[in-house]
Amino acid sequence: MTATENPTYTWVGTRPIRHDGYDKVVGKARFAADLDLPGQLHTAYLRSPHPHARILSIDTDAAAAMPGVRAVVTGADFPDLDPMNPNFDVSVNVMARDVVLYNGHAIAAVAASTRAEARSAAAAIDVEYELLPAILSLDESTADDAPLVNENNITRFVESDGPSNLATVNVNERGDVEAAFADADLVVEREFETAWVHQGYIEPHACVVDVGPDGRADIWASSQGHFMVRAVTAAVLGWEPSRIKVTPAEIGGGFGGKTTIYLEPVAARLSEKSGRPVKSVMSRDEVLRATGPAPAAKVRVKIGATSDGDLTAIEGWLGYAVGSANDFAGLVGAMSVASYKFPNLKLEAIGALTNTPKTAAYRAPSAPHAAFAVESVIDEIAQQLDLDPIEIRLRNAVVEGDPTAMGMPHPRIGFVECLEAIRDSEHYRSPVPEGAARGIGTGFWFNIGEQSSATVNVNEDGTATVITGSPDIGGSRASMALMAAEELGIDVYRITPVVAGTETVGFTDITEGSRATFATGMAVVNACRELVEDLKARAATILGVEAEAVDWVDGEAVADGKDPLPLAAIAAKAKSTGGPLTETASLNAGGAGPSFAVHCCDLAVDEETGHVEILRYTTAQDAGTAIHPSYVEGQMQGGTAQGIGWALNEEYVYDDEGAMQNAGFLDYRIPVASDLPMIDTIIVEVPNPAHPYGVRGVGETGIVPPMATIANAITRATSVRMTSLPMSPPKILERLGER
Amino acid sequence: MSRTHVTCTVNGDEVDFLAADDTSLLDALREELGLTGAKEGCGTGDCGACSILLDGRLNCSCLVFAPEAEGRDIVTVEGLADGDHLHPLQQAFLEGAALQCGVCTPGFLVAAKALLDENPDPTETEIRYGLAGNLCRCTGYDKIVRAVQEAAVQLNGAGK
Repeated sequence: MTATENPTYTWVGTRPIRHDGYDKVVGKARFAADLDLPGQLHTAYLRSPHPHARILSIDTDAAAAMPGVRAVVTGADFPDLDPMNPNFDVSVNVMARDVVLYNGHAIAAVAASTRAEARSAAAAIDVEYELLPAILSLDESTADDAPLVNENNITRFVESDGPSNLATVNVNERGDVEAAFADADLVVEREFETAWVHQGYIEPHACVVDVGPDGRADIWASSQGHFMVRAVTAAVLGWEPSRIKVTPAEIGGGFGGKTTIYLEPVAARLSEKSGRPVKSVMSRDEVLRATGPAPAAKVRVKIGATSDGDLTAIEGWLGYAVGSANDFAGLVGAMSVASYKFPNLKLEAIGALTNTPKTAAYRAPSAPHAAFAVESVIDEIAQQLDLDPIEIRLRNAVVEGDPTAMGMPHPRIGFVECLEAIRDSEHYRSPVPEGAARGIGTGFWFNIGEQSSATVNVNEDGTATVITGSPDIGGSRASMALMAAEELGIDVYRITPVVAGTETVGFTDITEGSRATFATGMAVVNACRELVEDLKARAATILGVEAEAVDWVDGEAVADGKDPLPLAAIAAKAKSTGGPLTETASLNAGGAGPSFAVHCCDLAVDEETGHVEILRYTTAQDAGTAIHPSYVEGQMQGGTAQGIGWALNEEYVYDDEGAMQNAGFLDYRIPVASDLPMIDTIIVEVPNPAHPYGVRGVGETGIVPPMATIANAITRATSVRMTSLPMSPPKILERLGER
Repeated sequence: MSRTHVTCTVNGDEVDFLAADDTSLLDALREELGLTGAKEGCGTGDCGACSILLDGRLNCSCLVFAPEAEGRDIVTVEGLADGDHLHPLQQAFLEGAALQCGVCTPGFLVAAKALLDENPDPTETEIRYGLAGNLCRCTGYDKIVRAVQEAAVQLNGAGK
């Protein structure tokens, strides 16, 4: 372990080996698919081969009579929720009722003794369909007289006069953009498009569900939030949540895609019907065809500037194709254009439904699409005005007090510091290599707080157990332990961080919005501070002094004229001083600080093949305070790699029938090690005043800048402006041919 | 369906199990032998999460039928450590924070061992191509490549 990189602290800023690491390198860590129960059944699904159809009939008789089959369920086995119920869309998504909304939509599921038997039986289910017109793109969805994608969809955030293909309409406006454009020295307007992309977690969705004769369900599942699994599963089944106990398995990647559920209610119903535990594991094909991609989008951006490079106005239209059910992407899209002062602003963002899988959150959801467009146009303005791409951004960057797109002021933020970090970096100051070009792009994410609980127990040997309800998707257990070590003043390896289930820790919201280290970390800190007060009181009793005379220093109670009393000595006397040493804290955290990032990329374009090679990549991001710098770097690098995949390779390819043509990792190609260089990181630390250690969530921002960063470098390499993602070789060759 | 009796060596131990002819070696390892370190990320040989060594060669165990293991020598992630003594690759992954969610980690460790067994002193490019059959969605590969470099240094130093 290295010494702390943060001179203010002893433990915060160090890089200990993560507490869950050993199990993960020896193969002992238990992911959801690693659990087996005696007598368990396996599942297989029948999924729709059509993008939009009415189900006229489902005949499961033959399937139910096949060898090994113990239960079959269809939509008829689930209660019909009111369409205004917040879980209505999920309930329909986990099992179609009378209409299938996309190719891959679940229609029926079978539980059988073996997977092979379940698959054979699922294939023997006979469904009669009446085909309905399918909407497979944003343009089709928003066309006049377009057929309805989903007859239960009502537009949110505006007056609605009945079912619509619009999910959301969201407008933000300030100043007078028309007048500003008329006064501008330069106006650049472009339209961009992005494809559906998948989160691409390596672990498919999986769960094991055991419904007992008492009607209570035990669920072991991989998710970003087991309290969410409990609540939504209960809603879909029509149960009280307390009938369900969810134990979190290790989660093999989520990136937003495991903030919802697919399998659990179906497995529960199958378990209920069969009287057996049911294990349900998706195939990769199912993951791609039936779980949440991020929306495809079209974004039109028009920006006006003075000849000095002051950005005076932005007008934007952002359209997100959100899939078969309502989603908030359109709402958030407009919010995510807030990195520059823009005295005049007019943004309209919509979400529109399509007969494609219901989309799900993906790391800074809907911000990458917006940043690709805005950062590309700003770069074009910089080129036309012959300004340095960092200088034009520094000139217009938001600082504390400047309005976001929605008008509320930014809190203390570190955008300028990130721009300066890249400007002053060895990478940016080095000459661009021969045959290469350099691009700059930026991005940010608001981050969220929400509800968290933590319990800290001091054990009889003076160690501590830190129990939270936040699934650890990127090293958050190590961060919890570090903050607890700092507070208690004991070695980080004398702390055991645990992610506990729904019946063993207080309610905790999903690990999303880059909130775990921020909000759950705050709960841990609060519990530790309560505990230290208790420890001081116990020490006072043991030492025979007034409580006010005791200080807590480096894990010891200190009082004038007395020998210091270490934590372990107090723990050993817990029984005689008031009983077990334990504290619980819970909160609804406010004050999540936005995290900004600035990326710099050198790349080369092979003009014969259209292939883009990333030669060098540096990212600077504001972490507020890095609790465990290695895992902060890991978030920056991982987000960047996903963004590079989004920029260059990844896209859903549909045929005319709405069938995904590349539903596997061979053809839906995420970056591999040989596609990437090292990703250099500069952790910028502008502490968030709302957190005891200054933490800003760092999980999401990293995915926002890469698309524009790469597009801007390609423009500088080839003189063509790429406006369509992915910037794959065929598209690059096509644009090069137009030169 | 009839099942075949398979005898093989797994992580140094002679084992036997029954498997249907169309059972993958991955499923047999996980379900018959309880070795759940190897993961199924795709089932089509594209992600490498199920990587094992079969007679010393790197394989996707999801693409091998269990009966094909008859008489052969298999190493999984559970066999990399020597008792409580971690393999230098495992130690380097821990110290270098080369894992986040950890679901791809067993496959990477096995693939990296295969790489270093064959090429004890690989360049960064050789590491990147040597691990190109393994997908990681969390790390961007930076810390994985550095951990393999560090393990190579440790292994070469130990041999000198």
